[in-house]
Amino acid sequence: MRYIPYLFAGLVFGFVLIKSEAASWYRIQEMFHFQNFHMFGILVSAIVTGLISIQIVKRLGKRHALDGQDIDIPEKPPGRRSHILGGLIFGFGWGLIGLCPGPIFALVGTGSMGALVVLLGAMHGTWLYGALKEHMPH
Amino acid sequence: MNWLSHPWPWYVAGPLIGLMVPTMLFIGNRSFGISNNLRHLCAITQPQQVDVDFFRYDWKEHTWSLMFVIGTVLGGYLAGVVFANPDPVALTQAARDMLLSWGFLLPSGALVPDELFHPGVRNFTFLFACGVLVGFGTRYAGGCTSGHAITGLATLQLASLYAVLGIFAGGLTASWLLMPVMLYG
Repeated sequence: MRYIPYLFAGLVFGFVLIKSEAASWYRIQEMFHFQNFHMFGILVSAIVTGLISIQIVKRLGKRHALDGQDIDIPEKPPGRRSHILGGLIFGFGWGLIGLCPGPIFALVGTGSMGALVVLLGAMHGTWLYGALKEHMPH
Repeated sequence: MNWLSHPWPWYVAGPLIGLMVPTMLFIGNRSFGISNNLRHLCAITQPQQVDVDFFRYDWKEHTWSLMFVIGTVLGGYLAGVVFANPDPVALTQAARDMLLSWGFLLPSGALVPDELFHPGVRNFTFLFACGVLVGFGTRYAGGCTSGHAITGLATLQLASLYAVLGIFAGGLTASWLLMPVMLYG
């Protein structure tokens, strides 16, 4: 039962990704070629909404999540080289298939066989990183 | 119920996606991000005899995250099948011209082009290889569009800015230099 809120949030997320066509290869090509404001509008308004709500959460002082934990703002692990290099590799794949991880899952839900193949590839890529991790610059 | 089947404008979709950040914090002090689930799926499926350290942890502690992506798949089903948009993706004229110059057909209903996604050995090899790049790169960078571009930038983290710069540099390179020649040869 305690997982129901996550399931529901994920459902809204997947629904929005398809309805906004963020899970469309066509929209991603339009974005990377600066032919339409649509995807930039989605990304920028999502970031601004997140930013404002995080500031509100911070100013509310100490708050508890539904399950009783204290809410604290997540910190990303530091590192510059891994972020840039990893971003480049991921972005290169994104620019070709027009799907990042969220849209991959959403598109699998529409019954796309191709999206399922992308998901299998992404799992193998993740596994490859895990196996090579110690040999990569970070 | 027209609004359920028609596409949503950016100013509806963007804020809803942005609200995922505080929503995940409120539900259980979680950081919104998708690509970690690829790691959990590896941890679940990794055969005993392979046993890479990176996937040796108790994935059950991340059930919440897996539930989120199961929801994402269900949301995709609802939005793409039950309340499917009857019209093809409405591209700008510039994008239509570009597609035609690449030798692609204009969108006919699906969100992704048949030229790349229709089942076949060539397409599936291409999709799998690109999937490998996405999976490898997101784990190396420590996040994807949701974890870095949205959660990371919304919480003003420098690491995420580096990742986003890398992501856009990679995407621009692929879509400007490689994509136009994909259908030839």
